[in-house]
Amino acid sequence: MPMPARPAFLFDSRLCTGCKACMIACKDKNDLDPGVRWRRVTECTGGEWTRTAEGYRQNVFSYYLSVSCNHCEDPICVQSCPTTAMHQDGNGIVSVDPKKCVGCKYCSWSCPYGAPQYSERLGRMTKCDFCRDEIEAGRPPVCVAACPSRALQWGDLEALRGKLGQPMAVAPLPPVSATRPALFVTPHRDARPVGSTAGLKANPEEV
Amino acid sequence: MKTTHPQPGASRPSRSAPAYAAGTGPEDCAARSLNRRAFLKWCALLGGAAMLPGGLAGLCPAVAEAASGGDRQDFVWSSCNVNCGSRCVLRAMVRDGAMVRMDTDNLGADDYGTHQIRACLRGRAMRQRVYAPERLKYPMLRTGKRGEAAFRRASWDEALDVIAAKMKDVRERYGNEAFYLNYGTGNLGSVMSKSWPTDQTPITRLMNCFGGYLNHYNTYSTAQIATSMPYLYGGGLGNALSDIVNSKLVVLFGNNPAETRMSGGGVVYDIQRAKRESNVRVIVIDPRYTDTAVAVADEWIPIRPATDAALAAGIAHVLFAEGLADRAFMDTYCVGHDEAHLPEGVPAGSSYEAYIMGKGPDGVAKTPGWASAICGVPVDTIVRLAREIGTAKPCCISQGWGPQRHHNGENNCRAIAVLAALTGNVGIPGGNTGAREGGYSLPFPGFPTLKNPVAASISFFLWTDAIVRGPEMTAERDGVRGVPRLNVPVKFIWNYAGNALINQHSDINRTARILSDDTMCEMIVVVENFMTPSARFADVLLPAVTNLEENDFAHQGSTAEMGYVVFAQKAIEPLFESRSVYDMCADIAGRLGIRDQYTEGRTRDEWLQKILAAARQKLPDLPATLEEAWKLGVYKVRNPGKPFVAYKAFRDDPVANPLATPSGRIEIFSKRLWDIGHKWELPEGERITALPEYDEATEGQGDPLRKKYPLQLVTHHYKQRTHSTYGNVPWLKEAAPQNVWVNPLDAADRGLAHGDMVRVFNDRGATVLPVKVTPRIMPGTISIPQGAWYAPGAGGTDFGGSANILTSLRPSPLAKGNPQHTTLVELTRHSGGSHANAS
Ligand code: SF4
Ligand code: SF4
Ligand code: SF4
Repeated sequence: MPMPARPAFLFDSRLCTGCKACMIACKDKNDLDPGVRWRRVTECTGGEWTRTAEGYRQNVFSYYLSVSCNHCEDPICVQSCPTTAMHQDGNGIVSVDPKKCVGCKYCSWSCPYGAPQYSERLGRMTKCDFCRDEIEAGRPPVCVAACPSRALQWGDLEALRGKLGQPMAVAPLPPVSATRPALFVTPHRDARPVGSTAGLKANPEEV
Repeated sequence: MKTTHPQPGASRPSRSAPAYAAGTGPEDCAARSLNRRAFLKWCALLGGAAMLPGGLAGLCPAVAEAASGGDRQDFVWSSCNVNCGSRCVLRAMVRDGAMVRMDTDNLGADDYGTHQIRACLRGRAMRQRVYAPERLKYPMLRTGKRGEAAFRRASWDEALDVIAAKMKDVRERYGNEAFYLNYGTGNLGSVMSKSWPTDQTPITRLMNCFGGYLNHYNTYSTAQIATSMPYLYGGGLGNALSDIVNSKLVVLFGNNPAETRMSGGGVVYDIQRAKRESNVRVIVIDPRYTDTAVAVADEWIPIRPATDAALAAGIAHVLFAEGLADRAFMDTYCVGHDEAHLPEGVPAGSSYEAYIMGKGPDGVAKTPGWASAICGVPVDTIVRLAREIGTAKPCCISQGWGPQRHHNGENNCRAIAVLAALTGNVGIPGGNTGAREGGYSLPFPGFPTLKNPVAASISFFLWTDAIVRGPEMTAERDGVRGVPRLNVPVKFIWNYAGNALINQHSDINRTARILSDDTMCEMIVVVENFMTPSARFADVLLPAVTNLEENDFAHQGSTAEMGYVVFAQKAIEPLFESRSVYDMCADIAGRLGIRDQYTEGRTRDEWLQKILAAARQKLPDLPATLEEAWKLGVYKVRNPGKPFVAYKAFRDDPVANPLATPSGRIEIFSKRLWDIGHKWELPEGERITALPEYDEATEGQGDPLRKKYPLQLVTHHYKQRTHSTYGNVPWLKEAAPQNVWVNPLDAADRGLAHGDMVRVFNDRGATVLPVKVTPRIMPGTISIPQGAWYAPGAGGTDFGGSANILTSLRPSPLAKGNPQHTTLVELTRHSGGSHANAS
């Protein structure tokens, strides 16, 4: 696919098994240290068990969300960066200029997705750049090309908007109004609406 | 000791004793075989990590630079060869002799049937496996007590001399039956370095040239199901999962492709695709809410482990009582379903219907209420499930290998399968046999390993018994096959690409005690990539290359509709002094005077060429030369026919195409098992039954031991590892940390919060690991992902989260298989010694 004017992710939560091939493909391509996670897979799990006379009853549910930087239309990280290191280019790709970054972490605190990832080793912020080198060469980002379940796709923001309408989100993601992410989520059958606390981030240590 | 020896049957010269001192690092190797630029990168990958404070990865930026950029012509096709059931394509990006990135099959169209065989997270992390600090650098000989991992460096010559001398000595004193090739699946996808099946490895050929070895049958994965399904069907085939597009209902008993067949060219993709296409209703019956349940289930029915035969009986009761059993089908295709269809000479009341309806010898009706009390599924759920199964035509009933990996596993898996027979779903599209799925595959020949002159064979699980009491082991007490009893104990073990010497066997503490006595088993040769828990028990430790360091072919993994073979070219030169297994064996054969018989004058690559030529007899479109094969990378063929339907010919015409059972029919009552059950000597409380009856397992639901150890421990396959392979990879440990799944009710009873360190223990041992408090597991059951590397600390407690410190060596009655999921334990918050105590 030719380089889109404005790349966007399309994530079908119905198909995601939480396998993390996307995350590791990203870590391998970008040689990311432990703790530096440009793409993170959240397990959202809820439901209760009750002991009854006839045995246990339950209404357990679980689904996964694979999220990187969403290269938002209102990138709050860019707005909160005091040095202009965090910037957005003409294609909407948000990235860090390593020469300007002082490692203050304001961007990562402000991003509701936790996308900017601080590297202890480099002493500065790092983040997903939508695999710019790959997509400029006409190939998908490596996380997309990695997904065994074909849950993760990508495309042009406007074209996807035309097909799917406005991006939408599910819990525990923030409302799309916060930063206007270039991320379309197809909800899992058990997805809870944004703001719901019925499900918990069940793997906090992994994201 | 020899100082020179002839060239091995391989393209590269064998190594003689190195000039540099023991304990030197990668520099030696780098200086010899890599230029400086590549060496810097390679060091950054391999060793740089250790120099960084607290850092494990520490890959230097130069590598990252090299890994990006538009040009991707410089990749080498390779494969991931581990035992996950899938088989993936890898494409290694190589710069200056070092792998700088690991890509997968993502070229070309992604059309189903020849779709991209995308690697799972583990394959994507292959670089950290190949360049792991645990890599074995050179041959080593044990210096301390066995198991202490005290070794000294040896030359290849010295190490192979020691092995050859001991082989002659053991053969002289005990004969060939004293040699055992332990189960090992770390490289089962390979053709020329295959580690499993154990009769197809390079070491097998060496041993066959040398007069043979004690065989084993069955596997840690499938002992009970592989043994018992043939009594029912004469085999164990199942429909392809792509066939569920023809089903009205799919019921998966413990079948979990999302965590066991994770390839994007494998079954997880097949089932997702079929589910999306037909939106067929899927029910998952499992103690865990698996990732398969997340992806495809419409309903999850949690069940207590080891009670599937009870649930199946409760379902059967509804089917019989409500007239939902398919009498016409059973009368034509089955034996033993009712009193009118029992084999000759069997007492009345022996049919499955009699057993279910309370007319059998036990007089107990297997009502949903009876079943519910055992399996924990509410009565109304059992009744509804039975009605759904009985009325959905066709219905696919399928099982994974969890239900059978129990002390009573043989009957669990047969009872599940019998539901398919009771409802007439065998041999038709959209139905299934109740077995695990089948699929399409291409024929591909292997490395010829010749015939084993030794007939004796033991269960793969009883090798520790064969060390301790070999000559006491008989056919009717221990399942010895080929001979009535063993003549000698096991004295010499080959352990190649396996971690079942300690980590993946059971009862680690007892196994370690048996192994540590080197007057019992006198020689253990371990051929490995890493210093694994098993490698620590070696007498001679030989460093093998990883599959990225040699040429090979990889035959396909489990898929529904695609046949394929991967042509895997050597991506990098062997690290350190590691060698291909074939070359090691050729050099040992040379010392035994059988080199020519072993090599037939061929190098390893010449064997590959010969095997490719043989493969072309059946698949003429395959490339003709190795060079063409390396260029092509992967050869795929879409199944030209419909999705595979097991025993379709039998269904179409049972007279012309009988099953491979004595009656030619589905033997719900097995006269063969009846006879075995009356003949074999079994421990108190164990039975082998002709019908798939529910028997309480040792350490199952009714065991009085539950007072002391109230939780049943099962193990699941975890994305961090394939069994124990990849268990040392930092990226994977980060992405999927080891933990024990505990239900919030059980956690609350013990005052535990998510993330707490807990001690899981029983009389056999204890392990310490973090707790994952999750409603995704049934109360009363906990699950430790199997395969974590055993890391013993002070007092023998394991700090690696290795489940087998807790499991039992007591074999199941018929298969003599591993009862890994019938293990009772207790759980407390961990206080005291930390991982720092671990040796
Ligand atoms: S687009 Fe590239 S950099 Fe971003 S998450 Fe995906 S793989 Fe990582
Ligand atoms: S690779 Fe695909 S299925 Fe796996 S976690 Fe990522 S998005 Fe989900
Ligand atoms: S572990 Fe299995 S699924 Fe994963 S890459 Fe290797 S072969 Fe593929």
